[in-house]
Amino acid sequence: MIAHVFADRCTGCNDCVSACPTHVFDPTPGGVPVIARLDQCQTCFMCELYCPADALYVAPDQRTPEPVDPEALLTSGQVGKLRHDYGWDRDAPGQLAEFWRLGPLLHEGAEIAARRHAARHRDDAPLDRSSEHEI
Amino acid sequence: MAGSGVTAEADVLIIGGGMAATWAAISAAREGAEVLLVDKGFVGTSGVTATGGPNHWWVAPEPGLRDAAVEARYARSYGLADREWMARIIDTTWRTLPELAGYYPFDTDGRGGIYYSGLRGPEYLRALRRYALATGVDIRDHHPALELLLHPDGSVAGAAGYARLTRTNWSIRAASVVLATGGCAFRSGLIGSDTNTGDGYLMATEAGAVLSGMEFSTAYSLSPAWNSTRTLPYPSARFFDADGNEIDVPPPLSGAAHNRALASAMLAGPVLADLGDAPALLKQILPRIQPASPTPFKRKGIDLFADRFEVKLYGEGTIRGTGGLRIIDEDCQTDVPGLFAAGDAATRELIAGATSGGGAQNSAWALTSGLAAGVGAAATARHRGRRADGPARPVGGAGLRPTSLVRPIDERALVKEVQDQAIAYDKVLWRSDAALTASQTLLDQLWREIAAHRQADGLDQVGAREVAAMTATARWCTAAALARTESRGMHLRDDFPDLDPAQEHRLLVGGLDRVWTRPDIAVDTRPRMEAVA
Repeated sequence: MIAHVFADRCTGCNDCVSACPTHVFDPTPGGVPVIARLDQCQTCFMCELYCPADALYVAPDQRTPEPVDPEALLTSGQVGKLRHDYGWDRDAPGQLAEFWRLGPLLHEGAEIAARRHAARHRDDAPLDRSSEHEI
Repeated sequence: MAGSGVTAEADVLIIGGGMAATWAAISAAREGAEVLLVDKGFVGTSGVTATGGPNHWWVAPEPGLRDAAVEARYARSYGLADREWMARIIDTTWRTLPELAGYYPFDTDGRGGIYYSGLRGPEYLRALRRYALATGVDIRDHHPALELLLHPDGSVAGAAGYARLTRTNWSIRAASVVLATGGCAFRSGLIGSDTNTGDGYLMATEAGAVLSGMEFSTAYSLSPAWNSTRTLPYPSARFFDADGNEIDVPPPLSGAAHNRALASAMLAGPVLADLGDAPALLKQILPRIQPASPTPFKRKGIDLFADRFEVKLYGEGTIRGTGGLRIIDEDCQTDVPGLFAAGDAATRELIAGATSGGGAQNSAWALTSGLAAGVGAAATARHRGRRADGPARPVGGAGLRPTSLVRPIDERALVKEVQDQAIAYDKVLWRSDAALTASQTLLDQLWREIAAHRQADGLDQVGAREVAAMTATARWCTAAALARTESRGMHLRDDFPDLDPAQEHRLLVGGLDRVWTRPDIAVDTRPRMEAVA
């Protein structure tokens, strides 16, 4: 769940107020949005991705609010990391150069599980793939 | 709904903000219609695609390839799909995705070409937003729709809702309306699905529409117990109980057997996943493909590929499940004149039958049904005009207009009860007459409670309608599951474990105060006649 707004980084652009699909933030007269409806946070990380100032931190548990130490977060390397990994913090091509591998890697994972299962159940009937699980 | 607040007019009103909604808006605008799109959240982050990375059914127009792809999928549809629709979504998807080139940074396919078929969610929805804006679509974020408006002749006249950032009611008149509100995952926690509460099913049913395939609502996705992510890291997982004993789980390719084995173990105690067997390349480049998937692990101090962590199955309801509004023509019109449905709001049986269809087929469906609904909605606007001056009646009921004395409802407890019927493993993966009947009785009580006593104003209307929609959706899923006295595709009855050839037809469900089901016999005949011919 959203855990912290770094007020000193926030520019008051309210992009998070708009971008949050579940209406968690409210704008304030002081400029720094507040977490007004934490119970509606679905931990989708979209606010971090859309924050141009890297002023937000979403904690990893989606069910329970977690207390965080803002100073420790700043040295953890995680603040702004998600936006950087998406490449949204810079105008550089090639951010999706590996994306084509998603399908093959999903299937490779599924085949690994299928081979492992077959090795364990050599005497069984072959695996029923009639309702093949699509991923 | 109290007061009318802001009013507006358009040729076509689109409700929703994901793939199907934006494609519908773009298509209607390209047909020359003035298009207004209202979304509950933000077009770009709303819905299950925004956090995902959908592949699309992608088959080149080469001799034999497409027919073979259709036949292979049709053979797995348990007789309920439609070959013409399947061929159509392949062709439309193939021709359409490259259009996004100005808005989406397509990159290599690893073989010297361009990879068009798979798009990363945040960039895809950002591209669709930009494309829609460039096409002239008027986008209103944070404008959840609450109810539809009808003309005296029963055709759709627009919708009313609440603008939650400005805290005002809105009312929009339009010649036609497209519902692309997504499916319903019953707030299971499935990534990106909290906005998907079945709102469109409820609004359309109140207006006279009918649903189909709601029994095919048994899909689940595996994720950490504390955070639902996309599933790319997990297909190779081994599973262990709390004592470190390995659990013998059939692989993901075995479908229901995989979920049943995992669910059985989870009902007995914590289940831990071990990703040590994951593909070596995945371990290296996961953050470059899906940056959000490793993030919660990093932040929790868990080494995704070395440490064991607790997992659970997140209910997908009708998201990866298949049911939705019945489609009566090639424009994706519902049973309500002028009201169209697209994406997960519509039944996907046309292309997936009794199965999920999987991500690739479902994305192609969202795109194609969106485009089709946009064309149909624009044509309706041309032929009928806006008729915005005549009277229109708001038809929303439960949560807005109580039929009895207003009194408080413990909504948190109510939602938990709905979830216990609609996504609890034992109720969904081992359906039986006794359990379904008990669920139906309970859900009917919950529905009566909301319909009779719940009244919301202001921002509270949004949540009240979501709860009403989830409760209604659970009733339709349960009624359809009860009526289909066989096991077919993802619908598994413990008391009827076999396929019944006499039930090779779609099943319609509808109604509010009284839920009904009946076979959709008309669609049953064509495949059989073709087989005979």
